[in-house]
Amino acid sequence: MHTRTRRQRRLGAVAGTALGAMLVTGCVASERGEDSGDAAGTFVFAASAEPVTLDPAFANDGETFRVARQIFEGLIGVEQGSADPAPLLAESWEGSDDGLSYTFDLKEGVTFHDGTEFNAEAVCYNFDRWHNFEGIAQSPSASYYYNNLFKGFAGDEGAVYESCEAPSENEAIVHLTQPWAGFIAALSLPSFSMQSPTALQEYGADDIGGTEEAPSISEYGSEHPTGTGPFTFSSWDAGSQVELTAYDDYWGEQGDVTDVIFRVIDDPNARRQALEAGTIDGYDLVSPADTAALEEDGFQILARDPFTILYLGINQAVPELQDVRVRQAISMAIDKEQLVNQTLPEGTELATQFIPPVVSGYNEDVTTYDYDVDAAKALLAEAGIPEGWELTFNYPTNVSRPYMPNPEEIFTVLSTQLSEIGITVVPQANEWGEYLDIMQGSSDHGIHLLGWTGDYNDTDNFVGVFFGQPSMEFGFDNPELFNALTEARGTATIEEQLPLYEDINQMIAEYIPAVPLAHPAPSLAFSERVGSYPVSPVNDEVYNLVELND
Amino acid sequence: MLQVIAKRLALVVPTLFGLSLLLFLWVRALPGGPASALLGERATPERVEQINELYGFNKPILEQYLTYMGRLLSGDFGVSIQTGRPVLEEFANRFPATMELSIVALILAVGIGVPLGYISAKRYGRLPDHVAVVVSLVGITVPVFFLAFILKYFFAVELGWFPPDGRMDARMDATRVTGFYVLDGILTAEWDAAWDAFMHLVLPGIALGTIPLAIIARITRASVLETQGADFVRTARAKGLHDSSIRDRFVLRNAMLPVVTTIGLQLGLLISGAVLTETVFAFSGIGQFLATAIFRRDYPVLQGFILFIAVLYALINLIVDVSYSIIDPRVRVQ
Repeated sequence: MHTRTRRQRRLGAVAGTALGAMLVTGCVASERGEDSGDAAGTFVFAASAEPVTLDPAFANDGETFRVARQIFEGLIGVEQGSADPAPLLAESWEGSDDGLSYTFDLKEGVTFHDGTEFNAEAVCYNFDRWHNFEGIAQSPSASYYYNNLFKGFAGDEGAVYESCEAPSENEAIVHLTQPWAGFIAALSLPSFSMQSPTALQEYGADDIGGTEEAPSISEYGSEHPTGTGPFTFSSWDAGSQVELTAYDDYWGEQGDVTDVIFRVIDDPNARRQALEAGTIDGYDLVSPADTAALEEDGFQILARDPFTILYLGINQAVPELQDVRVRQAISMAIDKEQLVNQTLPEGTELATQFIPPVVSGYNEDVTTYDYDVDAAKALLAEAGIPEGWELTFNYPTNVSRPYMPNPEEIFTVLSTQLSEIGITVVPQANEWGEYLDIMQGSSDHGIHLLGWTGDYNDTDNFVGVFFGQPSMEFGFDNPELFNALTEARGTATIEEQLPLYEDINQMIAEYIPAVPLAHPAPSLAFSERVGSYPVSPVNDEVYNLVELND
Repeated sequence: MLQVIAKRLALVVPTLFGLSLLLFLWVRALPGGPASALLGERATPERVEQINELYGFNKPILEQYLTYMGRLLSGDFGVSIQTGRPVLEEFANRFPATMELSIVALILAVGIGVPLGYISAKRYGRLPDHVAVVVSLVGITVPVFFLAFILKYFFAVELGWFPPDGRMDARMDATRVTGFYVLDGILTAEWDAAWDAFMHLVLPGIALGTIPLAIIARITRASVLETQGADFVRTARAKGLHDSSIRDRFVLRNAMLPVVTTIGLQLGLLISGAVLTETVFAFSGIGQFLATAIFRRDYPVLQGFILFIAVLYALINLIVDVSYSIIDPRVRVQ
């Protein structure tokens, strides 16, 4: 009896201590949480993935660009809040009449983070560097944008870049081998950021290839990125976070933020909870289902102007879909307004064509197929399609894209609408990687959901990507359309391009290779601590413009 | 003993060869390839072809395997497709996080599981026993991710008692020495950092430790019950030995044999079981990286990481067997 009592007391003491410890830790934790929120000047943003490299010349993913935009600047930036090109390190520029050379007047008094001067020679060094990439550095998984936009490297036939000269400290002239109307807009991509020639050489920036099969990041790309931007690189804790610090000698306004931390949280739910718990100040790609609840709890939701397109792809490898009347019927069966209201975030615009309204060549008078169930049914009957016709509808699962935050819900709404005109939808769901394989590598699919987020303000970056060449995704061969797109791409100025793209958009609207559904607006969420955030349709968001409340 | 250990280690080698082949075939049987996962919507057939050629994925599978094995034997585990860094480096970067978490979970599982099982057996058929049985049953049946999510929601998001994600407050500046954050904080006398890192371990540690806790409690209970009824205990009692003496010298020592084995096996399972817990708590260990590797079809990481885990598992098994023979000299490692 005596033993039992003693043991019971001991157990009670242990339980009491545990409870006490829990309460104490609870209090301490919440105090700490409040304290850390006050860390003046530190801005913590949740990234959904790690950057691939810190050398933007070898990157094409959004998370790398997000970090790169803080460290680096290019000759050309974008107008705050729009997708239009604007002066950045080049104060002005002028193209020659033949469209073959561009003269840039450079900003004075700009230094790289290693203290070296930014000048015309540095500009030419960067252009020459890209043009002379060799071996693995030329691979599409490395210098994707240079390869794709400048059409090749030194010695390649058709390479657009010819040479660069520096007649004075602050004037650089870039010569091209052929006219390229999109040249200036393309330079706003982070891949074409200006980097310190000294640092690039010192840390072997181009030594990225271990072996052919296994390209690796250079020492420069993992530890020494050196640009002219408002923030310098501090540290990269693999898998966890990247830290940046304000650059004291920055030429522009430094702003409230003294330190930037990009914390990697790949699960969207975990990002939301991190914001709610106060461990981060903001995150991107808020799920449409979360926006109302977050707003109610006092968080700020900001929507980017849509620079996206979500479409319902139509694969003409399915014989019935080769009949334009069937494609018209499918277009008319879709109530886009209902789709947007039920499944897409606030700020989303209805789509009539495959470019957002802000992109040049947008055609206000394009042919549209308004929601009309009876007309759609009549068209199907005319095309000889029987009631209850089975059509495969492919959609991805467990994926969230800026243009398609919730594919499963979008699929549900669309398939219900299609059933109303007598089409029996055969659902085919696949996990994202597999889905892309099926869409792009096989003709074994029916109608499907896919889309795009524009990289920069260029019409070819939308319609050219989708319909510029034959593809397994759409399964058609339309030389007239392919030629029109090639011709538009090769013109010297935007003014010349404009009517060509307006015609192309009309041509696409009549041909209906896919149904443009919406331009979804990606949302960001922030804590009350963030006074303002420079939202940009092309994600050109630099944190010296972030205002903090405390 | 040393000879036996050497023999056991030698057996591990062919096992790992077999496993490497199975792994190699398994990751390639996953639908969708790394090219689509890497390129996303930009994946034109030409670009997919380029990527496959670059990584050698378009070569015959046997040739791919032989190349892979050739490299593996020289210690080259390849490079992660997602990050471009060597697989070995990625593993080394993340292993301390998972180990730290697993140790906390194991301490919890053993620290509570063994006493719980023991008390349950001692109070067989009475209230404490019923409570312990229910607790361990619930512990075994609740899925790890669900428990992790619930713990996080209530104690981190709603109550704010514990941090919801990561290994340390993003704003905290701390010196890294070993990669084990709590230990680093203690070694460098940065007590704030050590405490912060510890607090980040509590919720994921509970989530990860609950199933092993329940299993250990059940095994302990069964084993103590069995030992209590054994002839030698009855003899000891008949000889008039004191209760505590019987408990320490006979019951506990003998009952611990299967418990030790279970604990060892649980440690191996903890490392692989961290995939779900780490994902929920955005805890940057090998589990979380493995989960993204599956999603992105990062073949080299999948192959490399699972092989490392297998090696660890084999080593833990060996240690368990050896410690088994130390506890009970009648058992010989064979």
